[in-house]
Amino acid sequence: MNDLNRRTVMTGIAAAALSTAALPRAAVAALTEARARQLIDQVVTDINRVIASGKPEEAMYADFERIFAKYADTAYIAAYALGADGRRATAAQKKAFSKAFQSYLARKYGKRFREFIGGRLEVQSVRKVKRWYEVKTIAYLRGQAPFEVTFLVSERTGKDKFFNMFVEGVNMLLTERTEIGAMLDARRGDIDAMIRDLRRAG
Amino acid sequence: MKRIGLIPERILSALAVLSVALLSACAAPTPGAQTSGAVYDPYEETNRKIHGFNVALDKAFVRSASKGYTTVVPEPMLDSVTYFSDNLSMPSAFVNSLLQGNFKRAGTAALRFALNSTIGFAGLADPATDFGIPPADTDFGETLHVWGFGEGPFVMLPIYGPSTSRDAIGVVTDLFTNPLSYAPQRPIKNIGVWARALDQMGNRGRYSDVVDSILYDSADSYAQLRTIYLQNRRFELGETDAASEIDPYALDTEGF
Repeated sequence: MNDLNRRTVMTGIAAAALSTAALPRAAVAALTEARARQLIDQVVTDINRVIASGKPEEAMYADFERIFAKYADTAYIAAYALGADGRRATAAQKKAFSKAFQSYLARKYGKRFREFIGGRLEVQSVRKVKRWYEVKTIAYLRGQAPFEVTFLVSERTGKDKFFNMFVEGVNMLLTERTEIGAMLDARRGDIDAMIRDLRRAG
Repeated sequence: MKRIGLIPERILSALAVLSVALLSACAAPTPGAQTSGAVYDPYEETNRKIHGFNVALDKAFVRSASKGYTTVVPEPMLDSVTYFSDNLSMPSAFVNSLLQGNFKRAGTAALRFALNSTIGFAGLADPATDFGIPPADTDFGETLHVWGFGEGPFVMLPIYGPSTSRDAIGVVTDLFTNPLSYAPQRPIKNIGVWARALDQMGNRGRYSDVVDSILYDSADSYAQLRTIYLQNRRFELGETDAASEIDPYALDTEGF
């Protein structure tokens, strides 16, 4: 560690000590770039571990669903995907949709993760946007040109969670909302029928 | 001699008329609407018919042919087709970069073409990337974007797939103005077009799981293709705005 680094660290410690004394606890615990990055690193590590485990596909989907439940803002994701139709959904329908949608995502995107075997995700940059953080990563997959995957992280729920993902600019939730909307249209707006079929889709 | 010159000229003037007609339709939706993933699709009925035709074509021929092609042809050869096709697009990327006033990328395109055409075995390999030279992809659709034309209505092109009226003009212009790609009197020399078609077949075969999931597993493949295309294209052109995301604190998540 050179002088400058040591000085920076010392200043940092001093500042941290000061702010702990001066600010209310919530402000000190606020989400930072470092924590947003850490969360995504953790997600990537966990996903890679599942892929490397060589388990049967069905078991992998269950693992992906657990990772998703642990690190994602599942309430936000479900509410976004159901969109305006969420306003006329009953509490029971919301709960059922949330659960079915999680498994659906794990199956649908879990299939894609197969392509990640032998590949890697590298965190490039983190920046603050309004009240959340944007973590840009580059995916390096075998036989493909590198492409950009961006995660959005917030602590809306009180914990650090990612609440959306973009692959080369394609918003996962917006795309899924389109899909859920189409499923509802095909079933004349019947939310229960859509949830039933969602359990088998993906 | 005279007739040979006449036909491309006729095509060009027809294209010019078509371009003007389409461009005048390129009334951009408000920028805010674009960044939030909004869709402007006044020709939806026609577009859906064309999409139906494209899907039928895929089902009957393209899908199985592509999968067969990528099963038979080894990976390195598929890569070579991609490199070859990309390399042939570099002169056009050079011209378009100049038209956009992006001289740095024009230089990159020229350098890529010079390197890959020579030590890259006429473009079958990609030493430029190995030397750390960045990609230089662009098209006339992007040039129109830089010149201030809005994307206009969404259009589904036969065989080619999703586009916008602005980018459709770009596709047609790029195809017919690239001397390396298109020579109507010498079909055997339309090498760029064939390379591109073969490359697209390779992509259809290589990423068949992804394409199949969009075309055959989704509730409305047309709506999926439309939103994915528009979002990705806006991203390529740098039109996306991170701040347009729905604020997680503002969304009503009660009960989910």
